[in-house]
Amino acid sequence: MTTRIEETRSSTGKTTELSEDLLLDMYKRMVTIRKFEEAVHDVYSRGVMPGLAHLYIGMEAVAVGVCVTLKGTDTITSTHRGHGHLLAKGGDPQRMFAELLGKKSGYNHGKGGSMHIVDMSLGILGANGVVGGGLGIATGAALSAKLTGAERVSVAFFGDGALNEGIYYEVSNMAALFKLPVIYVMENNQYGEYTPSNKSTAGTGPARAEAMGIPAMTVDGNDVLAVYRAALWAAERARTGEGPSFIECQTYRWLGHHMGDQGDTYGYRNSDEIERWKKKGPIKRLKAYLLKEKDIRVEVLEEIDQKVQMEIDNAVEYAKSALQADRSEVFQDVYA
Amino acid sequence: MAVKTIIEAIHDTMLEEMRRDPTIVITGEDIGKRGGVFRATQGFYEEFGPMRVIDSPLSELSIIGIGIGMAINGLHPICEIQFADFIFPAFNQIANEAARIRYRSNGAYTCPMVIRAPYGGGIGGGLYHSQSVEAFFAHVPGLYVLAPSTPYDAKGLLRAALRAPDPVLFLEHKKIYRLVKGEVPAEDYIVPIGKANIVREGEDMTLIAYGLMLHESLKAAEIVSREGISVEIIDLRSLRPLDKETILHSVEKTSKVLIVHEDNLTGGLGAEIGAIIAAEGFENLDAPIRRYAGPDIPAVPFSPPMQDFFMPNAAKIADQIRDLAAY
Ligand SMILES: Cc1ncc(C[n+]2csc(CCOP(=O)(O)OP(=O)(O)O)c2C)c(N)n1
Ligand SMILES: [Mg+2]
Repeated sequence: MTTRIEETRSSTGKTTELSEDLLLDMYKRMVTIRKFEEAVHDVYSRGVMPGLAHLYIGMEAVAVGVCVTLKGTDTITSTHRGHGHLLAKGGDPQRMFAELLGKKSGYNHGKGGSMHIVDMSLGILGANGVVGGGLGIATGAALSAKLTGAERVSVAFFGDGALNEGIYYEVSNMAALFKLPVIYVMENNQYGEYTPSNKSTAGTGPARAEAMGIPAMTVDGNDVLAVYRAALWAAERARTGEGPSFIECQTYRWLGHHMGDQGDTYGYRNSDEIERWKKKGPIKRLKAYLLKEKDIRVEVLEEIDQKVQMEIDNAVEYAKSALQADRSEVFQDVYA
Repeated sequence: MAVKTIIEAIHDTMLEEMRRDPTIVITGEDIGKRGGVFRATQGFYEEFGPMRVIDSPLSELSIIGIGIGMAINGLHPICEIQFADFIFPAFNQIANEAARIRYRSNGAYTCPMVIRAPYGGGIGGGLYHSQSVEAFFAHVPGLYVLAPSTPYDAKGLLRAALRAPDPVLFLEHKKIYRLVKGEVPAEDYIVPIGKANIVREGEDMTLIAYGLMLHESLKAAEIVSREGISVEIIDLRSLRPLDKETILHSVEKTSKVLIVHEDNLTGGLGAEIGAIIAAEGFENLDAPIRRYAGPDIPAVPFSPPMQDFFMPNAAKIADQIRDLAAY
């Protein structure tokens, strides 16, 4: 049996006609993630941010390509590297940044920090500090949609490392059996922490999915249009009752595993490799496509860049001056 | 004598034991080339190679399950769980398999393995990088649960664990990995499993603690000593089995007892210790047994003021001591 690998057409290849609005929306969401993460990098580097932060820089096309196909009522589960997913699904940068700094007006009122942001109103069922933690939740959300007749698609983002957590096999089996409206989006950024994916994973994610009868494809995860097409295909399957799908997105994180280990590759990857992937960077690619193929004027993109930069700067300022979370809420929502 | 941190003592002990005993292998997430996220196995891969230092896939269940299989087939694995918070997928393997192998095989097999797990809060880790998991496991017959608080004990206990024929959960408080330094002798010594240590002698009460809380308690005892309160402190070291004898003996002398742990209160180690004292040392008590522990909330919150509220510390423990002393 062979895995169905979709030819990953480059952004400049033949594509379905996409509206300019949609393309610019994708661009804006990707730039928002990039600038948000740059701000995290900056603030963290100054020692102002407590805790852990795992940055999404280099992987923006995955979250955006998937989330632009989703409706507000559709749900996602995210990971420890979650800022990108949350922003792509409409998360508010102010409340996110406030949470990162442990402020009262943060998404979790300061209880959670970077890895635990939730916004049910946007269908964000949570980032998750436990690798694989969202897989069951996403599958259950899909079962709930099916049982209640809600027309809702559920997406689980997870990493190449998470693919090896046992829960994935137990829940995706159920998803296939029950034809659940769930999309498993594997972000293969080539490493789980410091271990290369090919040293920890036998076979491939798509082949494993197909073994359960879940249609799967691998796409160039740095090509937002390729991700978008794949997500559209999967969402369509989900919405028409055809069941789960699996999308592997080949991508790369530009920075260290988390903010605490920047500037040291511990020998697990080299600068050539990093540079190679940076050349294939997702934002650069979309930008080139918009300018060359879509004849969008560079000023249009620059204006987006500036607007987003302002929005992120505001979010950082807001978060910095927001009230620190204090002990008054420690016992809130404790019931047993 | 060399002065070492706790993480250095752990690193060196594993290194020495692996050199001595070729059956010891080590597995876990990123413990190979990367040397572990806390550097506990730095240089191991280079020295022992991929047959003995095995980077595992990201699956705690598999790390422990496969560890058990190796353990009952001639090897003595050290399984590292990167953060204790992530041990739960392996709970079934530990409680249902590892801990029961000797009993259910009528002694035909034992399961010699050491599961190392950094635990505890106070490092800004938030909900999933701060947990204390000892109470879940101290409930399991057939499993040793150890929690050293000094480099000396880390070495002696880890060595004992690596020479024991049965499974050991070895809990390492990550906040004191590098914070606490102490003398570690070069010679081959062990600290016996199941023996607590009286680390400070006193008259007015017995304070029982382990891990980070042992150090906070020592500071608290110092503070209240200036007010004329004399506290005897027991470092449990071994959470299962508990050293009843040392505990009861001390309570007999001091007549009051304060048990301190960072793990949340309900069903924690303090409950068991308190029950033992109530049952077997009741006549010696001059005051109700007192427990001081992390609050019963679902996880250590992230924001620094909230985390500070969660964590027992020297000042708060000193208040508890004063209160009990005044009884
Ligand atoms: C259950 C669990 N085990 C271990 C960890 C520690 N950890 C955090 S991220 C990570 C690697 C995750 O790799 P991957 O799924 O590929 O995601 P990436 O970081 O590459 O985005 C590990 C081992 C964890 N958070 N949860
Ligand atoms: Mg990865």
